[in-house]
Amino acid sequence: MIQLIAFYLFATIVIASAAMVIFARNPVHSVMWLILAFFNAAGLMLLAGAEFIAMLLVIVYVGAVAVLFLFVVMMLDIDFAELRAGFVRYLPLGALVAIILAAELVFAVGAWSAGGVDLAARAAPVVSDKSNIQQIGELLYTRYIFLFEAAGIVLLVAMIGAIVLTHRKRGGVRTQNISKQNQRRPQDATRLVDPGVGQGMEL
Amino acid sequence: MISVGHYLAVSAVLFTLGVLGIFINRKNIIVILMAIELILLAVNINLVAFSAALGDLVGQVFSMFVLTVAAGEAAIGLAILVIYFRGRGTIAVDDANRMKG
Repeated sequence: MIQLIAFYLFATIVIASAAMVIFARNPVHSVMWLILAFFNAAGLMLLAGAEFIAMLLVIVYVGAVAVLFLFVVMMLDIDFAELRAGFVRYLPLGALVAIILAAELVFAVGAWSAGGVDLAARAAPVVSDKSNIQQIGELLYTRYIFLFEAAGIVLLVAMIGAIVLTHRKRGGVRTQNISKQNQRRPQDATRLVDPGVGQGMEL
Repeated sequence: MISVGHYLAVSAVLFTLGVLGIFINRKNIIVILMAIELILLAVNINLVAFSAALGDLVGQVFSMFVLTVAAGEAAIGLAILVIYFRGRGTIAVDDANRMKG
């Protein structure tokens, strides 16, 4: 019973905050609603028994992706009122496409419940005496090790790509040139002068 | 008790909201990227729900890979957004015609 109440609470908040993400006027508020949606989706996954994915959702989505969005929204100087100009114009078309998509999803669920799923053909059955994270680890580091490494390569390519795209050489800044510093010799840099009395000195 | 149908309903609504968000915020690419994150979240909820309902862990492993791709996509998408803003001074994407596509 308490699980059902928690499920409806999480589901309501996740859907309401997802609606606020796309309808909010200010994109900073959109990011905040997105964070709320991710937290409640993590709660839904906890209820389903996927503790590791729930924690991963909080760490990766809330801790990394949402903060990245927040940085970009706040860093760029954007006139958001201008960007909302076509909001009402696109609403009927968007609503039409959304309704068609929702109908298709309902049809798909109906088709799924019509056929049976062969429960004997499970790829990696859940073992009840081990924790969720231990089972995922045993699966991930043995059978899916190449997929795991491919995921690492995807992240590496994304990281290098983001750095290469946004990196730029700035003009007019004084950067340290270490080889030039090391090549400097005392006889080039300093001069010994012996000025006479009252003659002044040339700089 | 919570059945897999409950989770499917939530994720279907979330997916539809994500697609609607792409359509109604056509100019603001930041909100479009957030809507894509919502769509991927709906897919993740689906994968985890079926994984729990069928007692099969592969769904959760696959959900991790979806998460990886979502994180990489957000990083690359926002990097492209930053350099686009640097060149044009705006992020209105409905008049993006530099590649004449």
